[in-house]
Amino acid sequence: MRITINVNERSESHEVEARTLLVHYLRDEAGLTGTNIGCDTTSCGACTVLLNGESVKSCTVLAAQAEGTNVTTIEGLADADGRMHPVQQAFQEYHGLQCGYCTPGMVMAVTSLLAENADPTEEDIRVGLEGNLCRCTGYHNIVAAALAASKIPELRA
Amino acid sequence: MIPASFDYLRAGSVAEAITMLSDHGEDAKLLAGGHSLLPLMKFRLATPAVLVDIGQLRELNYVRGEGGQIAIGALTRHHDIANSPEVRAGAPVLAHVAGQVGDPQVRHRGTIGGSIAHGDSASDLPAVVLALGGSLIAEGPSGRREIAAHDFHLSFFEVSLEPDEVLVEVRVPRAPGDRWGFEKLTKRAQDWAIVGAVAARTEEGVGVALINMGPVPLRATAVESAVASGAGAAEAAQLAAENTEPAADFNGSVEYRQHVARVLVRRALEQASV
Repeated sequence: MRITINVNERSESHEVEARTLLVHYLRDEAGLTGTNIGCDTTSCGACTVLLNGESVKSCTVLAAQAEGTNVTTIEGLADADGRMHPVQQAFQEYHGLQCGYCTPGMVMAVTSLLAENADPTEEDIRVGLEGNLCRCTGYHNIVAAALAASKIPELRA
Repeated sequence: MIPASFDYLRAGSVAEAITMLSDHGEDAKLLAGGHSLLPLMKFRLATPAVLVDIGQLRELNYVRGEGGQIAIGALTRHHDIANSPEVRAGAPVLAHVAGQVGDPQVRHRGTIGGSIAHGDSASDLPAVVLALGGSLIAEGPSGRREIAAHDFHLSFFEVSLEPDEVLVEVRVPRAPGDRWGFEKLTKRAQDWAIVGAVAARTEEGVGVALINMGPVPLRATAVESAVASGAGAAEAAQLAAENTEPAADFNGSVEYRQHVARVLVRRALEQASV
């Protein structure tokens, strides 16, 4: 079946099997390999992308369910000039990563969290990231990065 | 992991979904948010030949106050229920528990109707509707019918929906105020409950329901009777494991779960000011 999804503000249309998962559509059809596959069981959050602006685990969404929606992956966060999104900048500045495998999912989850709660407490962030696992256990700097990102004026506009 | 092949049909309305279900009978499954069904399909524990996707039907996405009840469209997501002013004011226990299901990503996809129709006794929301004495509205070829929550779950992953019926609405009585409690034991925040307990005071009295203490969500009727007779939380909670049949697994034995049920029911009752 043909699935058309607006990915990172670009229309992607591909002929895929109905059972194709969104994460495979993004990686194998749209060629956007920034979204990682971790546990593949809705637990780890490595495959988190935004669906109509909200975080979802793309290993547990059929591409067919995303027909006609707006999907944002980690590749879609930087602006046209390549300037990183404030959440990405905060992860860089606060070294919110160790091995980096969970990072795309973490950044997307934080972006969604801050869209829903522009002024989170540290507790809000820790609870809000319960769906994302960092096997390096580098949570301290991830939370610090998220907290710092929440103070960036352009995210609070 | 990739699900086994299936035919995918997208329904444009409830009526069309019912027609599609009628055409395909037992071979078809409804797909809402997919956060219960798709994991089972990826493990090949479920291999439906046909998926009827109703996930984008806006007509089943609503929260409405209707007299003494709150009516919630079956496709209303956990995230929306948790943040609904109507639910937060009218049935705060339901809003709270919806905000505790899985994690934010799961709550952005999962729906109350999907959670209840899936028939997993380890799910949180069926127990809340049970404790509140709510009901479910099913629509099929011959119209709508109302099913009391305590009649809805029949057995392990088996509910009283016909193959051509769609769960369209969840109804709960208004239960405002802070006379409710919820406790869930998990190893990780996002996990299914090893055991959970809900207590909620309605006009009918205090309802108590248990999560993952048998093949279906259970009302702790012995506890409810004891509370109605004037027992305090600690005394009533001693009866929490009566008539329960929890599974034994790597998370705990039968005895462990029954012990935890007594502890969690006591805490939930205390939160509900019993």
